[in-house]
Amino acid sequence: MRDARGNIRRLPGIRLWLSGGWLTFLVLAAIFAPLISPHDPLAQDLFAGRLPPFFEQGADPAYLLGTDSLGRDVLSRMLYGARLALIVALVAGTLTCLIGASLGLIAGYYRGWVDLVISRFIDIWMAFPPVLFAILLIAVLGTGLMSVIIAIVVIDWTRFARVVRAEAMGQGAMDYVASAQVAGRTRFGTALTEILPNVLPTIVALLTLEMGIAVIVEAILSFVNLSISTDQPTWGGMIAEGRTSIYQAWWVLVFPLFALFLTVLSFSQLGEGLKDHFDPVLR
Amino acid sequence: MSETIYELKDLRVSFPDMSRKPLLGAAPRIDVLKGLTFDIPRGEVLGIVGGSGSGKSTLGRALTRLIEPDSGAILFEGTDITHLHEDRLRPLRRRFQMIFQDPMSSLNPRRRVGGIIAGPLRLQGLDNIKCRVDEALDMVGLPRHFATRYPHELSGGQRQRVGIARAIALKPDFILADEIVSGLDVSSQAQVLNLLESLVKDLGLTLAFISHDLSVIRRLCTRILVLYKGEIVENSETAELFANPKAEYTRTLLDAIPLPDPEQAWF
Ligand SMILES: Nc1ncnc2c1ncn2[C@@H]1O[C@H](COP(=O)(O)OP(=O)(O)OP(=O)(O)O)[C@@H](O)[C@H]1O
Ligand SMILES: [Mg+2]
Repeated sequence: MRDARGNIRRLPGIRLWLSGGWLTFLVLAAIFAPLISPHDPLAQDLFAGRLPPFFEQGADPAYLLGTDSLGRDVLSRMLYGARLALIVALVAGTLTCLIGASLGLIAGYYRGWVDLVISRFIDIWMAFPPVLFAILLIAVLGTGLMSVIIAIVVIDWTRFARVVRAEAMGQGAMDYVASAQVAGRTRFGTALTEILPNVLPTIVALLTLEMGIAVIVEAILSFVNLSISTDQPTWGGMIAEGRTSIYQAWWVLVFPLFALFLTVLSFSQLGEGLKDHFDPVLR
Repeated sequence: MSETIYELKDLRVSFPDMSRKPLLGAAPRIDVLKGLTFDIPRGEVLGIVGGSGSGKSTLGRALTRLIEPDSGAILFEGTDITHLHEDRLRPLRRRFQMIFQDPMSSLNPRRRVGGIIAGPLRLQGLDNIKCRVDEALDMVGLPRHFATRYPHELSGGQRQRVGIARAIALKPDFILADEIVSGLDVSSQAQVLNLLESLVKDLGLTLAFISHDLSVIRRLCTRILVLYKGEIVENSETAELFANPKAEYTRTLLDAIPLPDPEQAWF
C-alpha cells in the first residue's frame, strides 16, 4: 500500500513540469512572436506554395514547418495563432472563473433564497445546448475577439457555479465554520477566510480546465469561421484551411492540431498537478 | 461579575421538518427543546446527559448562540442574549467558547495550528498574539513547535487539544464541550479528561460538558442535568444523582453503565 501511494505521489511532479514547460514555452512564443517569426504570417508567396516541413524531401530550410497552399509560413502563423489562443484562454478563463465561482460560493454558503435563485438560474442556463448557444451569441454580437470571450463566459460560468456551490455547501456544514462564528467572525469574513481557501484547489483545477476549454471553443468557432476576422491566423482557422488540402499538404492541418492538443492537455494536467502539489492536505 | 453565568427561562427551540413540508406554505416544526429552565452558577462543572436526539447539542448551540431560540430567555451574566443581533453579540462571544466533538471537522484543514489558535485572538482584537498562542499550547501540553503543523499531521488526541487551546486562549468565562472525547480511544480520552479537569481548576472555568456517558460525567462534573426528549427530567448534584436518582429515565441510564468489575455481576 505504502509503496503504491509513493508512486502516485511522484507522478504530479512530472505532470506539473511537462505541462508547465509546454505552457511556458507557448507563452514566451506568443509574447515574442513578432521577433522570432521567420516570416510575416500573412505574406503570401504563390511560388512557394505547399512546401513540406524540414524533414521531408523538397523542403525549403527557410520554411521550417512548410507552407500552406497560399505559400504562407506555417510556423509563423502558428506563433501568431498562439497569441490569440492564449489571450482567449487567460481572459475568458479568468472571467468565467470569477463570475461562476463567486455565484457558486454565495449560493453554497449563504443558502436560503439566494441559493434558490442562483440554482434555478443554473438549471435553466444549462438546458441550452452550448454549441448552438455560442453560435447564436456570435450571430447576435458579431465576430471578433471580444465576442468569442463573451460567448465563453456567458456559456461556461455554470460549470464553476455548480461545482463551487456543492463544495461550499459541504464545507459550510463543517464545525470549523461554526467555530469561526463562535469566535465572532462575520458571515462574509468566514466565506472569505475559511470557506474560500478550502474550495480554492477545486477552483484552480477548474480554472485551468476552463482555459483548455476556451482554447478549444475558440478553435471550433474559428473552424466554422465565426471567430476572429479571417485574415488573423488562428489555430482553428489553420485547421479548417488545412482540412481542404489534407492529402496534398498534411502539415498545414497536423501541426496546429498537435499544438492545440498539447495545449489543452497541458492546461488540464497543470490544474491536477497544481492541486496535488500545493494542497497541504493531500501532500 | 455576577455569580450566575447562565440563566435559562423556559427555553424553546424548534426546527422546520422539511420532510413533511407541503408544496406551498411553511413546513411544520419539530419541538426539540420544550421549555428548559435552569441556572449555571460560576465555577460549576455541569454535566448534560441524555440519549441520542434528546437535544443536548441543540441546547449547547443555543447557549453559544449558534442558533436562535424560538422563545424563552438566555441570560449570560445578566445580559439577555436570546435574540441579540450577531453584531451586538460579537464583543460578548469571547466570553463563551465551545469545543467541538469532531476535531477533524472543527479545525480548518488548510490552516496551521498556530493560525487556528490565533484566529479568534485576532478577531477579538487582542495583542501579543504569539505569546498567547504559545501560552495556550503550553497549557494543553503541546510542544510550541506544533504551531507550524497542519491538523492532519496530528493524532486525534492532539487535535482535540488544539480545539481546547483555541477555546481557552481567549480566556473565556464559560466553555461548552460537546462530546469532546467520544471520538477518541480510551487512553487519549483519559488524558483529555485529566487536562480538562486541571484547566477547570487552574483557570476557574465554568464548564458545561455534554456526554451520553455517565461514567465520564461522574468523574468531572459537580452537577448533572438529564435531558429526555427535549425536557429536563433531573437536575441534581452528582453524588445525589448516583445515590438516589429521582427520574425513571435516570435509573435506566445508571443501569446502562458497565460495572467496573464484571465478575461481581455474575455471581
Ligand atoms: N438543523 C436541524 N434541523 C432539523 N432538525 C434538527 C436540526 N438539528 C437537530 N435536529 C433534530 O433535533 C433533535 C435533537 O438533536 P441534537 O443534535 O440536539 O441531539 P443530541 O442530544 O445532541 O444527540 P446525539 O447524542 O446523537 O448527539 C434530533 O431529533 C435532530 O434530528
Ligand atoms: Mg449531539
